[in-house]
Amino acid sequence: MLRVSHLVCSRGNKPLFADVSFELQAGQALHLEGDNGVGKTSLLRIVCGLSPADAGEVCWHDKTIQQNATAFRSSLFYLGHGLSLKEELTALENLMSDAAVSGRILSEPQALVALARMGLRGREHLPLRVMSQGQKRRTALARLLASQAPLWVLDEPFVALDAKAVDGLRGLLAEHVAHGGMVLFTSHQPVALTRTNGDSVAVQTYRLKGVA
Amino acid sequence: MSGGAFMAVLRRDLLLAMRRKSEVLTAVFFFVVVAALFPLGIGPELNTLRLVAPGVLWVGALLSSMLALQRLFEADYRDGTLEQMALSPTPMPLLVSAKLLAHWLVSGVPLVLLAPVLGLQFDLSAEALVTLTLALLLGTPILSLVGGIGAALTLGVRGGGVLLSLLVLPLFIPVLVFGAGAVEAQASGLGAQAHFSILMAMLLPAAFFSPFACAAALRIALE
Repeated sequence: MLRVSHLVCSRGNKPLFADVSFELQAGQALHLEGDNGVGKTSLLRIVCGLSPADAGEVCWHDKTIQQNATAFRSSLFYLGHGLSLKEELTALENLMSDAAVSGRILSEPQALVALARMGLRGREHLPLRVMSQGQKRRTALARLLASQAPLWVLDEPFVALDAKAVDGLRGLLAEHVAHGGMVLFTSHQPVALTRTNGDSVAVQTYRLKGVA
Repeated sequence: MSGGAFMAVLRRDLLLAMRRKSEVLTAVFFFVVVAALFPLGIGPELNTLRLVAPGVLWVGALLSSMLALQRLFEADYRDGTLEQMALSPTPMPLLVSAKLLAHWLVSGVPLVLLAPVLGLQFDLSAEALVTLTLALLLGTPILSLVGGIGAALTLGVRGGGVLLSLLVLPLFIPVLVFGAGAVEAQASGLGAQAHFSILMAMLLPAAFFSPFACAAALRIALE
């Protein structure tokens, strides 16, 4: 369970947001809303433990993520603005090396299945630099399929995807939540999650407000 | 599991170096050009050439490894790979040491292998060539390890390249002094043993502490 309590963040002398608190239980999805520049990405980076908060704490199973670092990191999947893909490597190589660095076990057939499900069949051995922006994002999102982490923190996962890929990703998030996973994501569009069998999954929203 | 992550980073960086050949070859080519131009510039005075050889080859190796240093963490920082490394359950110093090892294999080992060939132009004796190669074998990893700390500290800083040179050059000087000194000591009959010991005494603490220092500096750069 992820609990965020009374987070305060500032950039330089400028306060960004204050007193941000929310909780995420197993089987819940939280949509983080907010205007441009209000600090959504900063908040996600604090939740992941990449940046320090000015005040407040982030707890994973009742211990702060600093105390519980190894357990938290092995339960976390983070996708930020940088997709962490190498232009010179193929989609398959990217997926395999990323899984190994993140300590996940992934076999080559599993990776191929993940890429095929993201609509990249036949492009597994193309270097990333010849792919379109959307295809690169699909490659990055294929990691979700290979991830065993319960907590997904996704920064703008729907950007640059076509309608079909957006539907696919929504289904993927819904299945993850339905199986007891947790999803924390940002998006500028309202997002409804629908499972493959047609059941819809509740999405809570949290509106991030800047300090006036 | 940690070993798997270490090997994965090492394999990925070596694979990337193979695919970005021009970047790797620039630094190696620089070393070859510097070392090849000096005998032409100085002229065929064999005694002078023998005298300047260790210094020229070492300065060439040092500058060439500085060329490659700036790119050590730059690409990973820009594309978000560094964030994933910081969030990996594997300790970050271990992943960083894989990167440093890959960097040395790509930028240091070619210099060690080329040095005896280039040394021939300076009319170095066989024993001097062996001493030079051994000194470079001990010295170039120190350049990668210490340079890595500088590269991590200047990551994301505008004009970081100049700052990096200012930061690491003073730290490279002892390596240069004892590395080049080894060949002279051997030529004068004193033996290079003491110089090798001192280089080793610099290498071991650098190998142990550098990954921790790099990881700490990288975490600050990511904030």
